[in-house]
Amino acid sequence: MDIALIGRIFPVFVQAAWTTVELSLLSLAIGLAMAALVATLRLSHVTALRFIGAAYVSVFRGTPALIQIFLLYFGGPQIGIQLEPFAAGAIALGLNIAAYMAESIRGGVRSVDRGQMEAARSLGFGEGQSMRWIVLPQAAKLMIRPLGVNAVALVKGTALVATISVVELTYTAQRFIGSTYKPFEIFAVTAVLYMIMVYGLTVVIDRLDRAYAGEA
Amino acid sequence: MNDIRPMIEVRGAQKFFGPLEVLKGIDFSVARGQIVAVIGPSGSGKSTLLRSLNHLETLDGGEVWLDGVKVNQTLGRRAFERHINGVRQQMGMVFQHFNLFPHLSVSENITIAPIRLKGMARAEARALALKMLDKVGLADKIDAVPARLSGGQKQRVAIARALAMQPKVMLFDEATSALDPELVDEVNLVMKQLAGEHMTMVIVTHEMRFAAEVADRVIFMADGAVVEEGSPAELFRNPKQERTRSFLKKFLNG
Ligand SMILES: Nc1ncnc2c1ncn2[C@@H]1O[C@H](COP(=O)(O)OP(=O)(O)OP(=O)(O)O)[C@@H](O)[C@H]1O
Ligand SMILES: [Mg+2]
Repeated sequence: MDIALIGRIFPVFVQAAWTTVELSLLSLAIGLAMAALVATLRLSHVTALRFIGAAYVSVFRGTPALIQIFLLYFGGPQIGIQLEPFAAGAIALGLNIAAYMAESIRGGVRSVDRGQMEAARSLGFGEGQSMRWIVLPQAAKLMIRPLGVNAVALVKGTALVATISVVELTYTAQRFIGSTYKPFEIFAVTAVLYMIMVYGLTVVIDRLDRAYAGEA
Repeated sequence: MNDIRPMIEVRGAQKFFGPLEVLKGIDFSVARGQIVAVIGPSGSGKSTLLRSLNHLETLDGGEVWLDGVKVNQTLGRRAFERHINGVRQQMGMVFQHFNLFPHLSVSENITIAPIRLKGMARAEARALALKMLDKVGLADKIDAVPARLSGGQKQRVAIARALAMQPKVMLFDEATSALDPELVDEVNLVMKQLAGEHMTMVIVTHEMRFAAEVADRVIFMADGAVVEEGSPAELFRNPKQERTRSFLKKFLNG
């Protein structure tokens, strides 16, 4: 075990891990926004909209994330979408996780007792108002855990964008292998940094979960 | 004229669930201030009929009128939504399983509709909530959360919630069926009190004794049709139809 090497590369790796954090946050934001839209489609009364939502989920869950990243980054320019690696990675990862997150959101909404919507409607609330004030506040609590699981998967999934040369943690690790020939130390450090990020995320999720549980 | 016009009028109500005809052309009306109890065996369509009054179920045929306004009008999507939300504000509904909003306090359960739908000021809405809770004997629970209430208390809050919209009619779908026997009376008492205030009510119930006590008129349904209707005295003491007799006999024998 080359402790000195670990000490030397550590600052660079922390820097790279920060890029992973930024990438995760950006794709999380894209993912949540898209997921809200897709879940809305999937819960719509309009058959065509439901179908579009379902198709989105099937496509993005039914194909490898790596291929989605390649398709956007390498295939994009062919159809006039030219993106930097970081942007392409964030968007592809966001669109991918959105499919899973949409299902988490839909699951939360569907888990709220039907009687809640009926009680709201019978008071005279419209469908949207009933959603907004009665169903969603209850569903939100049920969504936190599953969305948290999606977010953790997303953070770990960011490693995939190393393949399109986004200088994040995994890419940095691979680059250092070539110059040091110490894969054990390097990947151990990499793994520890991922674990710290995931741990931080689970702490946030726990807090949110408890905050919501206390409220009800 | 206004006094003669029925508060609720149903003509030829028909409803299918898939191939199953659940309502087979039902006619009935409820006069202003009248209390109608609907009884009948399980699956006879009582809930479906009640829920079609405020359009929680969409009829496949027939008409529902509330105080001279047709409930199931044919309108564009937007216009119908506006229309039906208005109609529902005038019809309070009480469910078997209470359906209180668990994420809101008792007070918020009652005030959310007046505040959001009628633009009532918060202070005024809270005063209204207090008044309604007082009516159902739960003024001291105004800041409680639903989870802390007993079943009977939950149902009384649900009644207060519906009353806070100052509805023209109140619809009850087996309001006491989910309650422990010792909690039934407190809810029935509130309903009787409403009856005393001449609230127009349609009460679906399995409690024959309560129906006899509170109702002006009893409707016996079976297989999606009204078999017989009349005053409690007529229907319970002297049923004309064999179907009614056998139903009541089963009930009286437990
Ligand atoms: N959403 C639905 N989809 C399909 N069938 C339904 C639906 N709701 C009710 N039914 C059927 O319609 C019939 C009438 O149901 P309804 O709930 O109106 O009866 P009910 O008289 O209220 O019975 P209970 O006394 O058990 O409450 C039943 O056969 C029931 O299975
Ligand atoms: Mg029923």
